[in-house]
Amino acid sequence: MKKFALISIILFAAIVIAVSPFIGSAKIPLSAIKDFNLATTDGQIFYSLRLPRVFTAFLAGAALSCCGVALQAMFRNPLATPFTLGISSGAAFGAAVYVLFAAAMAIPFGSVIFSFIGSLVAVLLVYGFTRIKKGFSVGTMLLAGVAVNFFFSSLILFLQYISDFTQSFRVIRWLMGSIDVTGFQTPVIFLVFTVIGIVIVATQNLNLNLMSISDEIAIARGVDVPKSRKIIFFATSVMVSVVVAYCGPIGFIGLMAPHICRLLVGPEHKILTFASVIFGGAFLTFCDTISRTLIAPAEIPVGVITALLGGPFFVWLLLKDSSGRNL
Amino acid sequence: MKQTVIEINDLNFAVSGKQILQRLSFSAFAGQKLFIVGPNGAGKTTLLRCLCRIIDDYDGTVRIKDRDLKSYSQKKLAKILTYVPQSLPADIQFTVRQFVLMARFPHLSPFSVISPQDEKIAADAMEMTQSMCFADRVMATLSGGERQRVSVAAAVAQQAEIFLLDEPVTYLDYKHQRDIHSLLMKINKSFGTTIICVTHDLNSAVLNADSIMAMKDGEIVCMGSPGEIMNESVLEEIYSKKFCFVQHPVTNQKIIVPDSAE
Repeated sequence: MKKFALISIILFAAIVIAVSPFIGSAKIPLSAIKDFNLATTDGQIFYSLRLPRVFTAFLAGAALSCCGVALQAMFRNPLATPFTLGISSGAAFGAAVYVLFAAAMAIPFGSVIFSFIGSLVAVLLVYGFTRIKKGFSVGTMLLAGVAVNFFFSSLILFLQYISDFTQSFRVIRWLMGSIDVTGFQTPVIFLVFTVIGIVIVATQNLNLNLMSISDEIAIARGVDVPKSRKIIFFATSVMVSVVVAYCGPIGFIGLMAPHICRLLVGPEHKILTFASVIFGGAFLTFCDTISRTLIAPAEIPVGVITALLGGPFFVWLLLKDSSGRNL
Repeated sequence: MKQTVIEINDLNFAVSGKQILQRLSFSAFAGQKLFIVGPNGAGKTTLLRCLCRIIDDYDGTVRIKDRDLKSYSQKKLAKILTYVPQSLPADIQFTVRQFVLMARFPHLSPFSVISPQDEKIAADAMEMTQSMCFADRVMATLSGGERQRVSVAAAVAQQAEIFLLDEPVTYLDYKHQRDIHSLLMKINKSFGTTIICVTHDLNSAVLNADSIMAMKDGEIVCMGSPGEIMNESVLEEIYSKKFCFVQHPVTNQKIIVPDSAE
């Protein structure tokens, strides 16, 4: 059953990745693959637009889903995501500061650096609050995260308010989330950050299994819980910052992909983390394909699609949770 | 002379100005069955939590097997001692087998796979605790007694030399209480495991322990053999109430009888 589920997830991912480069405002024939020299328009669209975009979407989804699965286990809370914990908004604020004030300086990878600093500040705030108080609980941490989220969201609103109309519009458009890339530079940066993040989380798989039960049990079994938390927070910051910098704070992937996978393959993180990475990637690629085809040639921001699909799921999840089945 | 495995010297711990543990000094030897009793709020659980480093900002020295507790990595410590909480969370979605196998954690590195030897150790632990028959059930579907047996099974699979148990039978009925206690005695006998068990049940403590430590207000009031604890004035000092004693018909150990509320 679990093997079947895992194979289904991999198949879903394979199909999405194989099909989605050919779908879009312009239909592309299969023969475009052979056009390595980019001699035809089809080849150009395929290699410099569609393929990079599919890769970026897949990696972004994989990263967000990986963050979600780790945070949910660590906090033993089905609502823990980079979003609810303020990590996304911290990163978004950092990137917004760059776009509005520092873009003129043209720092290489400026938006990634700024958003990484933003997400680290958010994580340090969440962690710092709870370090001040002795014996902090995961509940306190989660609430601290929610507070940090509101704090940074307000700061972003403030930035929009004081900036001029065009800049403000750019920030709003970017906050909606969009995977609009050309060429392979972005996917390569994504690949580096995502692989680093996922590998770090994967080293914590066994710790996550135990932490998802209780901190007491994790400690009794030999998990260095404070250290593990720091590692996971760091990995999450790395992954979230690159996604937010390039694609904006895309919501719900980090929440729903891990839950769907937990229902399908169970709570064991050696399998669950892998499944979430694959499914999260495939799901965001799927959403992105919808976003650029639904009202083609115009594009719906992918954040709108993920949230539209994610919203009802979220409610369903809450209803299901109260009926006794715990995620 | 038996080897000292736990040595505590002047252990103090305070939370927001309130002193929970005061000037605690005692030691335990390998294979000892030490039961810790005392009224609510005496600091018994806090003491266990210090020993397994759930709490790590205590003052004083704790030495485990001749080495300072704070110098251990959590993983190294888990090879020596384990902690069995009062009860496990009720909503664990792992199967019993997965849960018991997860206790092999201190013996594994991050990417190592579960070896047939680990499987065997886990299976033996489940066999010993009679939890093999529900090995493939999800933990959340177990009864309280079954769950507690699995909790002990996991501790066995962890192969720790010292078991710290925090009221392991509090939520269990008479039969399951006895089952857990006999299981602990069996583990103690077969592996020479040191058992440190916090309990509110004085009778089971005096019937099973070879030493008893009584705590009150964060201090040790009395430490001695079961016979020394079962003393009118000692118990009255610990619990601030009078007790009625009888002789156990089988073991002749002095035990207490419950009072009527009148």
